[in-house]
Amino acid sequence: MLAAGAVGWYRIAMPSVAALSWLDYAIILIYFLFVLGVGVALRRFMRTSTDFFLSGRSVPAWITGLAFVSANLGAQEVIGMGASGAKYGIATSHFYWIGAIPAMVFVGIFMMPFYYGSRARSVPEYLKLRFDEKTRALNAVSFAVMTVFSSGVSMYAMGKLFNLLLGWSFDGSMLVAAAIVLAYTFLGGLTSAIYNEVLQFFLIVFGFVPLVFLGLRDVGGWAGLSARLGSLAVRNGYPAGAYTHAWTYMGHAASNPVGVEWFGLVMGLGFVLSFGYWCTDFLVVQRAMAANSMSAARRTPLIGAVPKMLFPFLVILPGMIAVVAGSSAAAPAPAPGIHAEAPAAGQGIVPVKLDAAGRPERDVGGRVVLDYDLATPAMLLHYFPTGLLGLGLTALLASFMSGMAGNVTAFNTVWTYDLYQSYIRPGASDAHYLWMGRFATVFGIGLSLAAAYVAASYNNIMEVLQLVFAFVNAPLFATFALGMFWRRATGHGAFAGLAAGILGAAVHHGISLPAGAAAGFKGGYLGTLVVYPSELAQTFWTAVVAWTTCFVVTIVVSLATRPRPEAELRGLVYSLTPRPDAEALPLLQRPLALAVIVLSGTLLLNLVFF
Amino acid sequence: MSATGGLDIRIPIGGLFTVVGALLAGYGARTAGDATIYARSLSINMNLWWGSAMLLFGAVLLGFAWKRGKG
Repeated sequence: MLAAGAVGWYRIAMPSVAALSWLDYAIILIYFLFVLGVGVALRRFMRTSTDFFLSGRSVPAWITGLAFVSANLGAQEVIGMGASGAKYGIATSHFYWIGAIPAMVFVGIFMMPFYYGSRARSVPEYLKLRFDEKTRALNAVSFAVMTVFSSGVSMYAMGKLFNLLLGWSFDGSMLVAAAIVLAYTFLGGLTSAIYNEVLQFFLIVFGFVPLVFLGLRDVGGWAGLSARLGSLAVRNGYPAGAYTHAWTYMGHAASNPVGVEWFGLVMGLGFVLSFGYWCTDFLVVQRAMAANSMSAARRTPLIGAVPKMLFPFLVILPGMIAVVAGSSAAAPAPAPGIHAEAPAAGQGIVPVKLDAAGRPERDVGGRVVLDYDLATPAMLLHYFPTGLLGLGLTALLASFMSGMAGNVTAFNTVWTYDLYQSYIRPGASDAHYLWMGRFATVFGIGLSLAAAYVAASYNNIMEVLQLVFAFVNAPLFATFALGMFWRRATGHGAFAGLAAGILGAAVHHGISLPAGAAAGFKGGYLGTLVVYPSELAQTFWTAVVAWTTCFVVTIVVSLATRPRPEAELRGLVYSLTPRPDAEALPLLQRPLALAVIVLSGTLLLNLVFF
Repeated sequence: MSATGGLDIRIPIGGLFTVVGALLAGYGARTAGDATIYARSLSINMNLWWGSAMLLFGAVLLGFAWKRGKG
């Protein structure tokens, strides 16, 4: 009986492949032609390495601002935030409204004067100017390895997704996307990546707005969605409003699906992780460094924050709708194709997760596990007719490609300036470094492809690597904050702090476990002293421990070592740098005015969805 | 000339949206009233409406680019 049932579910949940028409393919093809065209058109303007790696610092703020958020609007965001929306509900918006936005305002107002003003060409290079060579090397190497692997993981996810949804070949879809990204970044460098990121930004917006419109209309607007999610919440053992309120149930980890309480959320996600990513990751900071003036560089993250604070509606809502769509009698007959009968086993139109043998996965309690990563793609197939479906899939492809190009342009810059020029071949001609940048684009993409195949064949290796990256990243913001705002911080202090922070993260992860998990990749390998209610809670607290360790060790070691003369720190530290003068600009172009607007909007959104 | 000076970004974006918008709107106009195609989109001819919106957006971008090119 049990075996027969399992086989039956396998049949039901196994997606049959959606068929595309000539029009859908035509739209995808036209998109390819345009992104390649941008690369070709920009080719003749790439004369120096500064043109290639920093767009000659000549891009206007609105373009760098949109690229700032678009480079990050990769697959992890579009697919991952939809998945979290399906799993956690509107609380997923904390990644934006307590996470990204305050950090983006901070980097624009307080940190950009040093990144842009120091004329550093990369984030690791700023560390070299402010601290010393070894701190730069640690950051450059870990960043280069990380970008290659994260772009590889995202390629792997793309190949798998298009294979599952459309029956495209796994190798074929990865190779085509990689070849196109390679072609346009090779030809037009960072400018080409940035221009295409803006184009991809508009495509993603235009591709997902109709999805949210149709989905909301189908479930009866926000009121209908709340009602349906309310009964789902009760069935899952939470208060009725748990999926539709961001803060109300954050008092205790057990009363919200995220499994985190407000203090861990604000400190771990809001402070350490978000500031660590948005303020120190070269992938995004590079976009601001390409701006045409100091004030444009400072406005870059602030302009980006305006669409960013509205993204939850675009990427989280589809996931929330997916878990309840098609579950009422009033809903239209399901679309022919993939998820026609999925509700029998899945939830809404989210299918169950299948293991390697094609059978539904079950958790410890024996309940089937949903494949949340398919929530947003399933929505596209469910609601989009031929034609619009082509646009939706193009938007999905655009998100994969903008993320990939972001990684590749950041990688080739750090490789060429911070590793090749610094340690392998200093003092060569600019033309040589321009050539190296193009060459690094080729092998960066080659390495990412290799990483994608590693991810495909050894799942555990990727888990270990992602863990290591989490450890490496967590303490970074403490180093930058002390470097920029405390003139006494020294190179030895920064390096010791970073190393101690990474170790602190590893130790904390090693002594803690999320509830219900076995010791191993999830933690507990040094013995289980702390049990967290969820994996996210563990992640947030690991970050807090890493940050605090780095902060304290950097201060102690700095005080014990010889400070650098103040004359060397001008332009690198807050108290020794003249304030950028923004008074000459019209009110709405002043960074501070923009910051006030962005923060008020975010506060309002938090209150509306409290 | 700078690394960006030669290409107005509104041209490729406007061009892409104009072409894709026109294709979608044209297909939508031809398939108007086809109940099977639009059963998924709640019986709304999304191709026609959304295609027209994209066409308009693309045309506005191209218009601005053209105006700057002349001035």
